[in-house]
Amino acid sequence: MLDGRSQIRRKIGLRLWLSGGWLLILVLAAVFAPLLSPHGPLEQDLFLGRMPPFWVSGAEPGYYLGTDSLGRDLLARILYGARVALIVALVAGSITALVGSTLGLLAGYLRGWVDVVISRLIDIWMAFPPVLFSILLIAVLGPGLVSIIIAIVVIDWTRFARVVRAEAMAQGAMDYPASAQIAGRTRLSTMIVEILPNVLPTIVVLLTLEMGIAVIVEAILSFVNLSISTDDPTWGGMISEGRTSIHQAWWIMVFPLVTLFLTVLSFSQFGEGLKDRFDPVLR
Amino acid sequence: MQILRSLLFRLASTAVTLVGVAVIVFFVIRVVPGDPIAMMLPPGATEEDIARLTALYGLDKSIPEQFFIWAGGVLQGDFGTSITARRPVLDLVLGRLPATLELSIMALVIAVILGGVAALTGTRERGTKVEAGIDVANGMALSVPDFLWALILILLFGVAWPVFHISGRVTPSLDLPFVTNFYLFESLLRLRFDLWADIVSHMFMPALALAIPLAAIIGQLLKQSLKETMHLDYVTLSRTKGYGENHVIIREALPNAILPTLTLVGVQFTFLIGGTVIIERLFSYEGLGNMAIDAVINRDLPLIQGIVILFAVIFTVVNLVVDLTYALLNPRLRHA
Repeated sequence: MLDGRSQIRRKIGLRLWLSGGWLLILVLAAVFAPLLSPHGPLEQDLFLGRMPPFWVSGAEPGYYLGTDSLGRDLLARILYGARVALIVALVAGSITALVGSTLGLLAGYLRGWVDVVISRLIDIWMAFPPVLFSILLIAVLGPGLVSIIIAIVVIDWTRFARVVRAEAMAQGAMDYPASAQIAGRTRLSTMIVEILPNVLPTIVVLLTLEMGIAVIVEAILSFVNLSISTDDPTWGGMISEGRTSIHQAWWIMVFPLVTLFLTVLSFSQFGEGLKDRFDPVLR
Repeated sequence: MQILRSLLFRLASTAVTLVGVAVIVFFVIRVVPGDPIAMMLPPGATEEDIARLTALYGLDKSIPEQFFIWAGGVLQGDFGTSITARRPVLDLVLGRLPATLELSIMALVIAVILGGVAALTGTRERGTKVEAGIDVANGMALSVPDFLWALILILLFGVAWPVFHISGRVTPSLDLPFVTNFYLFESLLRLRFDLWADIVSHMFMPALALAIPLAAIIGQLLKQSLKETMHLDYVTLSRTKGYGENHVIIREALPNAILPTLTLVGVQFTFLIGGTVIIERLFSYEGLGNMAIDAVINRDLPLIQGIVILFAVIFTVVNLVVDLTYALLNPRLRHA
């Protein structure tokens, strides 16, 4: 038994290290993008269109991952695209967590009519197809980074609200919140001081998963051409652009796709790893 | 009596949810900038033309007034007229619905097969490298959403090794004898296996992309409940009777282990249907989702409303059916 447990723990450790490592590389790449890339992300050179990556014959020196149809450096665009992806992940993820967890806590701990209203809203939200809803919201708000963040918050708050509500309900049924109130705490301060810390690990795990989802939503929206302006480098935009010339120049689509894949996988694996870390049985 | 009462309660709460969806979508899309009437008129249209057309679509009235006119129509089965196609929304939407249903159901079948095989194999080979491999594959499949799987499948089986079609629903040059829009089903009924094979070859990639995350969920949960069931006394008993491992897993453990998975599959199936929107777009598959994105781009307000409501109806109906099935299958609830 003990042996099995240490084996599981080693597996969790490896998963956290690998996914955390990739995310760290990504953050560094985004921060130091101007230093790392020899070319600007918008710099065009129509004579150097669709140059292959460095290991393929006919590559242009200095363009390590090749160029797109307009002769823009793919490496530079991926690095600058990481900025957009990470900003969306961090900002949209955090605001979604804040809004959703607050509503979930209120519903799960206060119960009564607050719970009725919030649960009803969750039901209604769950009946919307999320991708269609996000496209609709971007059509309303207009394209741009802020619109994407708003759309993600508006659509995904239920992910947090549902789970946090259930957890807060379970915690609220225990003895300690009642004792805290007998000791003189108000309901609201009991909720924040006593319940919230116990729900926090769950929120952190959900937040990590949500960051991965936010990156995907951004990519989907750039893909349907509703994200940011088409010139600014985003991974989704690059993939959608590369798809049109996939038979002539596979690298234009493959490199941003691989980056997006690894990033989404890492966010998710990092979240799952954290979940197991927080699990008292495995710990 | 108890069941009837809870059923009525569920129906009432479903109705409230649908009204909520209708209200939200109605008001949200009326904030959309861009005048749908201006987009459909030729340049050089007079002020009067614009006013006449705006009045024709009822867009000159106040938004709450528009809502009640629209809701009154919906109750009589009239969802309005599409601004771009100039045909009744209901006809358009019902025309596309079969394509999306066939795609979703095919994806569900693939997910159940893949996930079931993974769970059964993992249970049979528990504690070995095979199980560890299945766990890793499940983890990967679960972490990455259908949109990315679709792009990867397009690259692998559409471009690098082009064995499947990656665009459309059927080869356009084929002569289609169909009277319904359930192409896959009707081609089988007509024994036109050539057409059936062509349609499956078009649908397989998008269906697989939708199925992969769900297959992982099924594989993970079913394996977990199977492994728990395998420790129960009655399973040990059947093993002492001399039955082989396959018989024990499939005939003895599976029927008792399947219930939690079934409930989850229902909820996840609605997510899968929601996923068809972007997957249909990627594969130029002519279903509801693809039409929805076009409707948003063209600011076709009545059509957007109709499609969103239809999706909401499908989601709530699926959830209702799942709950009922669960009640019928679970002996504890059945005899309550």
